[in-house]
Amino acid sequence: MDLIQNFPFFCIIMCLASGVICSVLSGKTAKRVCLTLVTVLGIMNVCVLCYVLKTGESYTFMMGHFPAPWGNELRIGVLEALMAVFFCVIMLLSLVGGIKFVFEDIEDTKTNLYFVMINLMMSSLLALIYTNDLFNAYVFVEINTIAAFALIMIRNNGHSLVAAAKYIIMSALGSGLILMGLSMIYDLTGHLLMSNVKEQISLINANGNYAMPLTVVIGLICVGLAIKSSLFPFHSWLPDAYGYSTASSSAILSSLVSKSYIFLLIKIFYRVIGMDVMVDHKITNVLFAFAIIGMLMGSIRAINAHDIRRLIAFSSIAQIGYIYMGIGLGTQAGMIAAIFHIMSHAASKAMLFIAARGLSEVSGGSKDFSDLKGAGYRNKIAGVAFAVGALSMVGIPLLAGFTSKVYFAEAAVIASPKKMWIAMVTLAISTILNAIYFIRATISIYTPRNEHYAVPGYKCAKTMTVALVLFIILNFFLGIFSNSIVQAIETGLGMFA
Amino acid sequence: MSRQRSNYENTLWRKFERWVNGEDNSSMEASEKHEEKIQRISKEQQQDVVDFEATAEDVNELISKEKKRKIEALYRKYENWPQTKGIKIFTGLYRAMAVILCACIIALLLITVSYLPEFGNANNPANNEVPERYIENGIEETGAVNFVAGMILDYRAFDTLGESHVLFIAACCVLILLRADKKKEDKKKEQKKNITCVVADGNDRIYEPKNDKILQKIAFILVPPIIIYGIYVVLNGHLSPGGGFSGGAIIGAGLILYTNAFGFKKTSEFFTYKTFSTVTVCSLLFYAGAKSYSFYTGANHLESHIPKGIPGNILSSGLILPLNIAVGLIVACTMYGFYSLFRKGGM
Amino acid sequence: MLKMLFNNYYETVAVILFGIGFTTLLLHRNMIKKILGLNIMDTAVYLFLAAKGYIYGGVAPILVEGSKEVTYVNPIPSGLVLTGIVVSVSSSALMLALTIRLYKRYHTLDIDQMSMLAKKEEM
Repeated sequence: MDLIQNFPFFCIIMCLASGVICSVLSGKTAKRVCLTLVTVLGIMNVCVLCYVLKTGESYTFMMGHFPAPWGNELRIGVLEALMAVFFCVIMLLSLVGGIKFVFEDIEDTKTNLYFVMINLMMSSLLALIYTNDLFNAYVFVEINTIAAFALIMIRNNGHSLVAAAKYIIMSALGSGLILMGLSMIYDLTGHLLMSNVKEQISLINANGNYAMPLTVVIGLICVGLAIKSSLFPFHSWLPDAYGYSTASSSAILSSLVSKSYIFLLIKIFYRVIGMDVMVDHKITNVLFAFAIIGMLMGSIRAINAHDIRRLIAFSSIAQIGYIYMGIGLGTQAGMIAAIFHIMSHAASKAMLFIAARGLSEVSGGSKDFSDLKGAGYRNKIAGVAFAVGALSMVGIPLLAGFTSKVYFAEAAVIASPKKMWIAMVTLAISTILNAIYFIRATISIYTPRNEHYAVPGYKCAKTMTVALVLFIILNFFLGIFSNSIVQAIETGLGMFA
Repeated sequence: MSRQRSNYENTLWRKFERWVNGEDNSSMEASEKHEEKIQRISKEQQQDVVDFEATAEDVNELISKEKKRKIEALYRKYENWPQTKGIKIFTGLYRAMAVILCACIIALLLITVSYLPEFGNANNPANNEVPERYIENGIEETGAVNFVAGMILDYRAFDTLGESHVLFIAACCVLILLRADKKKEDKKKEQKKNITCVVADGNDRIYEPKNDKILQKIAFILVPPIIIYGIYVVLNGHLSPGGGFSGGAIIGAGLILYTNAFGFKKTSEFFTYKTFSTVTVCSLLFYAGAKSYSFYTGANHLESHIPKGIPGNILSSGLILPLNIAVGLIVACTMYGFYSLFRKGGM
Repeated sequence: MLKMLFNNYYETVAVILFGIGFTTLLLHRNMIKKILGLNIMDTAVYLFLAAKGYIYGGVAPILVEGSKEVTYVNPIPSGLVLTGIVVSVSSSALMLALTIRLYKRYHTLDIDQMSMLAKKEEM
């Protein structure tokens, strides 16, 4: 076995260990450890990605001395490695971009705990991506949830505490449903390992007994993960949680945490239940319907928002709707579009959150649009980044959002005619709504008024400038060179089944 | 800064501003926070820019203040809603819907249960080759007589590694939420000296019986056996029911009883925050290190050099015993840590 | 169907408990009661899992000396329940800590009232 094949396991263990070590370090040292760690993780995962692309095969990694159905297992393929690299990049950029505010927003004695949470969250993200075992996934979902909860409430004002309370209640409910679903799956199949469960489920499906419990199981798991990733009817926790936490936290929450749950769901679709079973049980249609409503409702709520962070948060609901719509189409093309949108949305949302914080910094800390007028002139780089992110979300060519919308449209065309019409019309309406609120926001930050917030000699923090520039480049990169990424996703999905 | 701000209230400019905004001092308190912000900003303004376009600013401020006031009025209306009829109907409807939804879910799950494999049947899908190997080869492969311990600490050790980190992360969260700032504590104490009546701000320590003789006597008798029993459960995790988690919880319970009887002062002689963090961090690192050794050797098909020992002996089953001890320490520390953080926000 | 429900009575009870926990979670606005509801839900799942591992006539999965013909119950669900219990202990601990914190700040346990007060605080 090559040394590179061990890297995913090293990554997870290193994250866990450094999370533990950070709890006894000072805030500054913990920051250094954490940033170095995430960089190293990125490099290691790039190695893994290259290795997997070179061999063209996925492989499994045995955790311990016992082979698959007895021990735990990791599974590494192109798609997993790609997602891991991407998550590392986004994590690093959002941390660097918001690092100044982390130290501003959080009490000095507790900053090291913030990095503990980041490290453990990173470990859980990687474990969720790589794991091949359902119960293992549940344990790391729990770590992820608690870490996300901590990222919300560590800001320590009333709002973030209430937001965290809402988040943890909803998430705990989701965990309960997932666990119930898992125990029923275990009961039906006698396995917890994804590939073995899939074999058993295809047998069950062929036999026809247990059809009804199977539907309920899929439903429970889908609802649980949908609550955690805030699909439309379960989104009530989202605006507060994203709106009131510190900038890095909101960027990480919106672009990584919810996406990792969606990725787990996709993984369960392909590797546990099987796409054909999923379509047979009509679960995809239900997801599709909720996604469509979510796309519209999120955008409509965003139009009414007069707080920049909440606007971005509501737009997240709409974008999550897009991703679920791609999944709900039930075709390979839809899934590819959904996975690509996970990336493009993560790239632009994280940038928007950080830029928004940069803008409100030069507007007296206010997040209200009436105060933000002209902020784009006061903090130039944040203004540009916000504009680029907004345009990407609306779907202007050359940017990431446009490309993913094209893929959605293509996927919708080859789907069944009914879904095609619904999807196309909703895409159009939702794009118009997106345009309304994002263009309004962009115009309002470039309206030259309200100069009394001007901070003479204000200079955007270096870390933030670097992060925002890299984010902008990433957005253009995803928009222009999407072909190779989509190809990688396609081969990855091919290995998935 | 703050001194300047208090002066600022009396400056001519501030008076002028108040007059322009048409407000008296009483309404100030309601929107104090917002006011403070504006004060700060306009103060900086004053310092930096001498000739200041007052009129435009004031109009802006007036507009925003008007908006804020409107919003506040709306909230006041919301607050009165529970008394009004609309919200009553709404909550009633919500409750009815919730009950119906829950009834539907129960019914659905009941129907599902009726389709599930029969209870206690040896031919159920769950009783396949997986548990069979755990039971038949478990002793050879792990050296543990307790198959569950062998399963969670050797076969499926990655789950358990994650699980102990869940405990750790939860302890960190509670630490973030409840650890009291020392500076703030001192301030509070000063306040308490000034005000003789005790403001019980969620602080129940004031009401607890101190130096309760009965409690102390019983704790004196009970705590040693409890802790020894906990240690026994931890050490025999691979031989009998129990293990790190249950044993650690028992030890934690013993510590909590001790604290209850003798107070935090006495406990802090041997258990401080430093002990807590050292023990937890060392145990977790040992756990992760030991397990990564076995994961690494296992995945690369290398020989593991850890002796299994004779099954049934206390020194057997390879890594399971030290791991159980590590887990026991983590759990005991975390349990006690939860308790003392909940009680007084520190250790 | 009723016969099956009666046969699977552990699971039936577990599912009903699950529903009760869910109802408690939805109906109450009090944080402590919500946490209680969540705990009931989790416990119900553990009961469900533990029942799944049982085999008639089986003994606990710890080696019995001497006799060869012993059926052991399935050890996997026991292990899963152990893990699950630790997870639920930690999540309820941190939720209770959050409740204490919120109560100290707002002097209420009602979550709607809390968010109302938080909104007011902002202005």
